[in-house]
Amino acid sequence: MEHKGINLTLKVWRQQNTNTAGEFVTYQVKDISQEMSFLEMFDVLNEQLIQEDKEPIAFDHDCREGICGMCSMYIDGKPHGPWQANTTCQLHMRAFNDGDTITVEPWRAQAFPVLKDLVVDRTSFDRIIQAGGYVSVNTGNAVDGNSLPINKNDADASFAAAMCIGCGACVAACKNSSAMLFLSAKVSHLALLPQGEPERQSRVMNMVAQMDKEGFGACTNTGACEATCPKEISLSNIARLNQEYLLASLTSN
Amino acid sequence: MLNAKIPAGPLDDKWTDYKGHCKLVNPANKRKLEVIVVGTGLAGASAAATLGELGYKVKAFCFQDSPRRAHSIAAQGGINAAKNYQNDGDSVFRLFYDTIKGGDYRAREANVHRLSEVSGNIIDQCVAQGVPFAREYGGLLSNRSFGGTQVQRTFYAAGQTGQQLLIGAYQGLERQVSLGNVKMYSRHEMLEIVMVDGKAQGIIARDLITGKLERHFGNAVLLCTGGYGNVFYLSTNAMGSNVTAAWKAHKKGAAFANPCFTQIHPTCIPVSGDHQSKLTLMSESLRNDGRIWVPAKLGETRKATDIPEEERDYYLERRYPAFGNLVPRDVASRAAKERCDAGYGVGTSKQAVYLDYAAAIERYGKIEVSKKGLENVSKEEIIALGKEVVKEKYGNLFDMYQKITGENPYEVPMRIYPAVHYTMGGLWVDYELQTTLAGVYALGEANFSDHGANRLGASALMQGLADGYFVIPYTIGNYLADEIYNKPISTDHPAFVEAEKEVSDRISTLKNINGKQSVESFHKRLGKIMWDKCGMARNAQGLTEAIAEIQALKKEFWSNVKVPGGINEMNPELDKANRVADFIELGELMCKDALERQESCGGHFREEYQTPEGEALRDDANFMYVAAWEYAGESNWKLNKEPLVYDVIKPSQRNYK
Amino acid sequence: MTWKEVFTSSVGKKLVMSFTGIFLILFLIVHVGLNACIWANDGGTMFNAGAHFMGNNVVPRILEIGLFAGLILHIVQGLMLELSNRSKRGSVGYAVSYSKGSKWYSRSMGLLGTIILLFLILHLYNFWLPNRANQGFLLGEEINLYAKMQDVFSNLWVVIIYVLGCISLGYHLAHGFQSAFRTIGVHNKRYNAIFTTLGYGFSVIVPLAFALMPLSFHFGWVN
Repeated sequence: MEHKGINLTLKVWRQQNTNTAGEFVTYQVKDISQEMSFLEMFDVLNEQLIQEDKEPIAFDHDCREGICGMCSMYIDGKPHGPWQANTTCQLHMRAFNDGDTITVEPWRAQAFPVLKDLVVDRTSFDRIIQAGGYVSVNTGNAVDGNSLPINKNDADASFAAAMCIGCGACVAACKNSSAMLFLSAKVSHLALLPQGEPERQSRVMNMVAQMDKEGFGACTNTGACEATCPKEISLSNIARLNQEYLLASLTSN
Repeated sequence: MLNAKIPAGPLDDKWTDYKGHCKLVNPANKRKLEVIVVGTGLAGASAAATLGELGYKVKAFCFQDSPRRAHSIAAQGGINAAKNYQNDGDSVFRLFYDTIKGGDYRAREANVHRLSEVSGNIIDQCVAQGVPFAREYGGLLSNRSFGGTQVQRTFYAAGQTGQQLLIGAYQGLERQVSLGNVKMYSRHEMLEIVMVDGKAQGIIARDLITGKLERHFGNAVLLCTGGYGNVFYLSTNAMGSNVTAAWKAHKKGAAFANPCFTQIHPTCIPVSGDHQSKLTLMSESLRNDGRIWVPAKLGETRKATDIPEEERDYYLERRYPAFGNLVPRDVASRAAKERCDAGYGVGTSKQAVYLDYAAAIERYGKIEVSKKGLENVSKEEIIALGKEVVKEKYGNLFDMYQKITGENPYEVPMRIYPAVHYTMGGLWVDYELQTTLAGVYALGEANFSDHGANRLGASALMQGLADGYFVIPYTIGNYLADEIYNKPISTDHPAFVEAEKEVSDRISTLKNINGKQSVESFHKRLGKIMWDKCGMARNAQGLTEAIAEIQALKKEFWSNVKVPGGINEMNPELDKANRVADFIELGELMCKDALERQESCGGHFREEYQTPEGEALRDDANFMYVAAWEYAGESNWKLNKEPLVYDVIKPSQRNYK
Repeated sequence: MTWKEVFTSSVGKKLVMSFTGIFLILFLIVHVGLNACIWANDGGTMFNAGAHFMGNNVVPRILEIGLFAGLILHIVQGLMLELSNRSKRGSVGYAVSYSKGSKWYSRSMGLLGTIILLFLILHLYNFWLPNRANQGFLLGEEINLYAKMQDVFSNLWVVIIYVLGCISLGYHLAHGFQSAFRTIGVHNKRYNAIFTTLGYGFSVIVPLAFALMPLSFHFGWVN
């Protein structure tokens, strides 16, 4: 592998906390290996800031292998940066060239207030799940796992929706700051399985109501969410949610 | 003295008997009892959800922004269960036996048997929650094989089994939150356990957004805080995974068992440079189809694809013909290290071996050809068909490899190297999962109990969920049944005040050192000592040196660390400083434990103790015990031994040949 | 769930947009069909006959009320949604905006709709209003709409505005057509493919046919 060091200019959003105004601050980083991940480049920058007696940049991250959904940078106008089907932690510096200027912003949405620098509060997603994103089954109530065969295609489609990592990139990318892709992934995951059937109607209605309450926008099917989703959750899940909602609203009491 | 409280009677009946005789708490009283759950991975989320369902008042804590982020989510391969759906000879006993043997006879029989007994219920529970496991065309659950076993008992959801299971548990947890049975505290870190009259009565937690310290009362505290692999700095753990909660309990009196038992996973993406912040695992399931090799010739300079078949050394197949590429993790890791140390490693660092899919691609291609009834197919077409199949099975892993390394694994063999992955050691717990501190329980990877000296693949998920869904709901009742006679303690109690003061003093001390070195640099140095001297192979000299080096590092840390930012605000550097301080102390104990255990077993390989063929050489006469270390002041521990008694299984040398 | 809750939720509002949109699409088919009569080249006989039916028969006139209701609902709801959605970004917007991943016209439905609305006002002022005024807004005597068109489209500026209106309509439909079907829940891949293709076809052919009218009159392609 080629080890090329590149120099970059970073414009990073800095904000002390939710109640203060933020601003962009420009930093220079030198000799960044293209083998590094984007977050490792931030580690280098933070180490540099600590040595300069400045406060390092706060950013969310945890697993650094693209599955926990914690990392959340809006890089050069795209959530999780330029690569397709990717998370910030898996973005590597091969994606950039020597001399590039990179602008890094937090997710921007009313329902995701900035906590500090690039860290936002996504507990609204947890509350949407609380509104109905589960199967009400207490531990110990289950029957044998093979007692209910499930069509493989349905199981696969359900899995494809369940892959959502709850990172919020869909909201960040959406011009309406809508959480519809997130919501629809959960609704589809459970609607496609027989286990989700009993609560099918209440689930979709309650989850939509919670999404509205949290201050997310309405979906206009632009497809920006699907294009930026690290797990390539399909837009057709939104259509499925719409169907679920329509049927529920027509048939519920 | 350690009392494991293993129920009497035949192994098969122990758990049933226990459940039949343990104390119960009536529903009205459950509402009055508060349980604190720290950590929301598989063990924590399943425990919090289940205890909430039972009617206890639960408070759950996690340092991430949502319980769904816990690192259980990153488990790829699958979860074992003795369902015998494949009719290939599996049984509760067989899973029990494989787990004990895989753990190199350093686990407790009764615990492992219970784990094996409840394994089937876990699958049922997860299916009922809507976990989309892989299925066959007939609609029934699919299984695959995993290292260290000869049956297919691993249930999976592509390469994201941990994610799907955690989301199942997370959804159950959020349901209880919405019902008001669980109160969730995300972005909170537990920094102290509050003990009153020898019993745990609560915790001190720090709100990581505001920096404020909070006091929380609880009749019992469940530590479900995962493993401590990050003591090595580089590991497959998440960046935030830490030992702090367990370590606080340890310093308050909970024994820490077998700390040196570390699992090094054989198939990880190799280190690419000094900037490396973590290592990424490539699922063990890749060993199902991939073949591992190094060049047979020293100083080989050709590209992998240019090296002819006869000049390749498929060393696992050569050394272990019966299990081949599917030997247990510790064996595979050591074999890779042996080849690299002997100079046969590949890649720029020479610290890697090849994991090759060329043969599998061709084999799958041929199967497709016959399935589709094609004739006169060229080799290229066969390979193209084979790639399709491999893509469907392992596509996400291959994509990940390509993103990280920039190489296309469909065309060139992947380079892999072992990396720290899991810690079998942890807080000592009895049969009820209670630590030596009354009222403090440890579940999942945080405890030491089920995997002995080495964990088999797809067993971590099983253990976390077994503890949370099916064990703790029974065993905690046995303790809490007596707690109903005690009034809840006010958080103004002197014990709370004092514990909070200890925490805030420590934080101010850290902050006021104002030294020159960053927290990260100390962590890296600790990791290097640990990896070099307490890693895949250890010896007395290295361990002795490591202990001295760590003690020096600790001194330097507490006099020269630099923690920027304020105390009463979000400050990730401060969070990290708290954790690294504990890792340093743990590192010392790990080396001490490794030094004391003068044998090789499972993940613990002492170079002095090996067979002539280089296999681990156990010493059952002298070391068939759990080393439970009791904290006795700075750099000082007392060793308590829990002898391991094998009533059913006869320990033998592990043989995968 | 009450009907109010259904139609005031974010998905409910979208359903309103979808239902009214599909209704307007059906109207466009009728309208474009009638307009196409000008190319009969019979001096407007056929066209005026059709126009007479639409303007003087009680059934289409009652439907017209529904049309206006749907149109107004679509406009008001659309503008309200646009404003509400814009406010959801919060107080600070992005410095670099996200333009990959979605089509510009998908993101600009509010703008395109507003242009169409302005065009529509002109259009109603040009034809519908004088005609209905002549009728006393009941079933009275109509004006010669064919002649009126010849008159109106002699002005080049009007033609340009009409063509721009039709282009906006085309892009509005390019997103709106398939989006409307997604909103009512078509998630099956095969049907989605049909509606997407149909939508693109519709959004090119129908606005083109509309745009050809003023052009045909202005440049004398019909007599």
